[in-house]
Amino acid sequence: MSSPSAPEGDPGPSGDAGESGEPGAPDRPLAIVAGHGAFAEGLISAAAQIGGRGGIFVGMSNTGLGASEIADAMRDLVDRTGASVIFTDLPAGSCTIAARRLVRERPALTLITGANLATLLDYTFHAHLSPAAAARHAAEKGRDSLLLFGGEGGGAD
Amino acid sequence: MPIELYRIDDRLIHGQVVVGWGQPLDIGFIVLVDDEVAGSDWEQELYRMGVPPGMDVFFATVEAAAREHGRYAADPRPGIVLTGDIETMTRLAERVPGIRSVNLGGIHHRPGRTQRLRFVFLTADEEQALRALARRGIVVTAQDVPAARPLSLDDTLDGKVGA
Repeated sequence: MSSPSAPEGDPGPSGDAGESGEPGAPDRPLAIVAGHGAFAEGLISAAAQIGGRGGIFVGMSNTGLGASEIADAMRDLVDRTGASVIFTDLPAGSCTIAARRLVRERPALTLITGANLATLLDYTFHAHLSPAAAARHAAEKGRDSLLLFGGEGGGAD
Repeated sequence: MPIELYRIDDRLIHGQVVVGWGQPLDIGFIVLVDDEVAGSDWEQELYRMGVPPGMDVFFATVEAAAREHGRYAADPRPGIVLTGDIETMTRLAERVPGIRSVNLGGIHHRPGRTQRLRFVFLTADEEQALRALARRGIVVTAQDVPAARPLSLDDTLDGKVGA
């Protein structure tokens, strides 16, 4: 059974800001990334590779966990890290359901669903803003990053 | 059209149900049978958010689901009846003789439960409840997603962990 924790390879709550981290940048987790399988691990790893600031994220997977365990694990992660933003994968997913329960308990938390790499990278570079403002900015960036090219002649339904 | 799937899943409405099963079965509606959710507008809004446009979700207590089961079964659209635990499905099956099969989709770790499969953990009482369902002639299989091979109750209780 997998348990919620910093994904392998991620520096986790005590990780540094990375080689290219901005001077004075926060070096503690500011946001949780939660999703199916290795979603969080992969996304955080990719964000760290590009932005060098993977340490501001801490990940968790829902693998092997029931609904109440996911909510408990997420609550524990928020308590342990002080994170104020939660990124999840599917808007209909169990991590999102758990996060919505948590946001109801703690309205100061911000939840962004449907997170992608562009979302996390934008958050990385706007982490100096208030958590809610950075999250809003990141959500817009993530939405704008979904583009479609080509497809002509590929057959229509 | 008969109900396509009677599923026990402690995550209730989530990705595996809506996408994993919902798309290949072309599910038109989900009946979420849970006494607590049926009594909470907030819980219902939470789960309704997870259902795509065009897919209906009905919230029902066990009693109401049993009462309305004929209507669900007569719906021309394929549907899923979903409970969050074995006890709720057992209560429903006691009231609805037409239930012929039950899918174990996700019963996760909790103190007192023993792992049987990657996604099935059971207490001794829950194991007995599943055996009782089988004795009623209900085919109980474990299968988290359609692409996985369904495992019989015997194989599940034998604990083919990793399946």
